[in-house]
Amino acid sequence: MTTTFEAVAEIISETSDIPLEEITPEKNAFTDLGIDSLDFLDIAFAIDKHFGIKIPLEQWTEELNENNALVDEYFVLSKLCTRIDDVIAAKDA
Amino acid sequence: MLLEYFQMIDNVEELDPDNGTILARAEVPMESPVFEGHFPGSPLVPGVLLIETMAQASGFMLLSRLKFEKMPFLANVTGAKMRTFVEPGAVLQVKAELEHDGSGFAKTRAEISSDGRKICDSNLTFRIMPFPNETLRGNMLDRFSQISRFPAE
Repeated sequence: MTTTFEAVAEIISETSDIPLEEITPEKNAFTDLGIDSLDFLDIAFAIDKHFGIKIPLEQWTEELNENNALVDEYFVLSKLCTRIDDVIAAKDA
Repeated sequence: MLLEYFQMIDNVEELDPDNGTILARAEVPMESPVFEGHFPGSPLVPGVLLIETMAQASGFMLLSRLKFEKMPFLANVTGAKMRTFVEPGAVLQVKAELEHDGSGFAKTRAEISSDGRKICDSNLTFRIMPFPNETLRGNMLDRFSQISRFPAE
């Protein structure tokens, strides 16, 4: 069974044409992998479809803007995957 | 259609915001300043304006779905295919359906046909954002009421 990270890494690799081996858990999707916000919409779409969820991008963006939170807290891949797992768990609860 | 004013949709004939579908009608005018350049002596509706037409149909469906509380802005066009020429006087059926309702974005699949022939189709992505001002929201509501018998909010 693939882990959330493995699935997300494959999605990023296919969507953004980034070699899979360059996509590691400590990488920030934006600052390390060079993904822009438009590309991330395609990634969010693929994540939503793959996991049957709706990742709350709007809410995360608001939290980033309002709380001056660090982008790393949301878009470092290990933390992104934890957040995705949280959304999956909330859906299944 | 008033091509030079980007008023592409003439009438919303069917709208189901809950299921994310719309069918609209657009009549290509016989004359337009656009045809003076595209092309001199052989007027054709530019492909970019056909994409705009599909985007506007998608946009009105999304606006209705969002109850005009937020605005969809076209962000990405993929797989657009222009299958045949569109000349002055053509009557177009514009269909769009919601492919994915994301958080802060939406994807639609749209197509235009005329006389039963598919003219073009495309996948479109929209960013869903707050209206930049009340003037735009008011203008979108006005335009929707002009072309649609369906409730806006």
